[in-house]
Amino acid sequence: MGIKKLLVANRGEIAVRIIRAAQELGIRTVQVHSAADADMLAVKMADEAVLIGAPAAAKSYLKIDAILDAARATGADAVHPGYGFLAENADFADAVVSAGMTWVGPSGHAIRTMGDKVAARVAAQAAGVPVVPGSDGRVDDFEAARAIAERIGFPVMIKAAAGGGGRGIRIAQDMEEFDRLLPQASAEAKAAFGDGGLYLEKVIERARHIEVQVLGDGTRAIHCFERECSLQRRRQKVWEEAPSAALPQQMREKLCASAVALAEAVGYKGAGTLEYLFDDASGEFYFIEMNTRIQVEHPVTEMVTGVDLLREMIRIAGGEPLRLRQDQVRLSGHAIEVRICAEDPAQGFRPGPGTIAALTVPGGAGVRFDTMLYPGYTVPPFYDSLLGKLIVWDEDRASAIARMRRALGELRVDGLPTTKPLHDLLARDPDVARADFHTRWLEPWLEANAHRLGTEETPE
Amino acid sequence: MSKTILSPLPGTFYRKPAPDKPAFKEVGDTVAVGDVIGLIEVMKSFNEVTADQAGTITGFPADDEEPVMAGQPLVELA
Repeated sequence: MGIKKLLVANRGEIAVRIIRAAQELGIRTVQVHSAADADMLAVKMADEAVLIGAPAAAKSYLKIDAILDAARATGADAVHPGYGFLAENADFADAVVSAGMTWVGPSGHAIRTMGDKVAARVAAQAAGVPVVPGSDGRVDDFEAARAIAERIGFPVMIKAAAGGGGRGIRIAQDMEEFDRLLPQASAEAKAAFGDGGLYLEKVIERARHIEVQVLGDGTRAIHCFERECSLQRRRQKVWEEAPSAALPQQMREKLCASAVALAEAVGYKGAGTLEYLFDDASGEFYFIEMNTRIQVEHPVTEMVTGVDLLREMIRIAGGEPLRLRQDQVRLSGHAIEVRICAEDPAQGFRPGPGTIAALTVPGGAGVRFDTMLYPGYTVPPFYDSLLGKLIVWDEDRASAIARMRRALGELRVDGLPTTKPLHDLLARDPDVARADFHTRWLEPWLEANAHRLGTEETPE
Repeated sequence: MSKTILSPLPGTFYRKPAPDKPAFKEVGDTVAVGDVIGLIEVMKSFNEVTADQAGTITGFPADDEEPVMAGQPLVELA
């Protein structure tokens, strides 16, 4: 029943991570790659490599038929999708299973259910998990709308039920404004979509992004505590931690238990992440969505729990029941990950592919660098800009930040611009030191600190 | 002696602003300095390529949606 030969349907640092886990489990590996990736690290590390198409992802890493052909040709009995590309493509999951192979992830059905925001919201509510307060469907009657606004509290977002893409959204700060905006919103929705129905949702103004890692075997699920990823630029996470410094222990237990309840309610199999907004002001948390795959920032969870998430998800896919009971997963110390991307923070984060002229990888206690770089490697321009993830662990958060400063000081990537200067500053920032941030903290900070992002010199 | 506009960046060359839109320029079109002749996608970000010379387009040595290197000719002008 166990997996013998695993095909890696991804690239970059996560392909390297998957191959390492497979090697430790005694599983042979097949790495597929585009014409632009023949010399990538994962190709060198895998037992076999198969060219599947042209550089553009649509002609290689997103081509289901080419990937399945490579699996059949090499006799692979399982496929790991990593993150991005086809990782949350339910049709790909189904196609792998139909081809008689093992899919390392949840079923196509689970991906469809949890990947649909409305269906996931319904599943969450059924499992007793709090969601962002709202009207739970369309409202056509103004009196009913007023009652709902009163119940969920201001500010309230008014959206067109038939709309999408942010059209027709209005925010009311109080009932007076609500009374004025509601007829306008309804009239506009009627004019734009031929349907005056509205939808109401509470606006969470200063929220932290907190997510819970779960592992399930289809019957039972456990959590591996939470991560906080509030430092974001254009909705992309740049700095991630475990655990969250903002969560009281009682709240942590409640949040993690809610994630397990939802994972068990949907019979979740594999590794998954439930994302929440945590409102500092009210102390409430709200489920927003589930990611049915391994995530970029999984290493911080591995560092604070000692659980190897990649190995566990491969074992579960191979048919093993969960090996851990909840009380065997213990939280120890604090971990931080920063994303090192081929972007120039001094030039508006302009991406800059290029050749690695020299590379110094930080070392020492509690430091991990997950990367696909090696000296002489040319980073191709066709994919995302993530070069590697610098992860540190220490006994407490303040020590972890000091260790991050030290590790960043050792890291050297020559030949292209990187986001290291940004992290040098964040690791010295007083608000970051106090974990006094939320999801909209970083962008204004970047504007205010633009002049300090121009040099490689680290200010003391 | 023909003139060429070179790609300033490595990436994927697009002759259209969007898949369902017409190309920025066609063979026979005249080009002024500063005109947008295409896009280069680099690591999921799109960069406009502008003409650094003027003339009449005689050919596109790089195909739409194909990978290009920095310094590779994109447009030939007469």
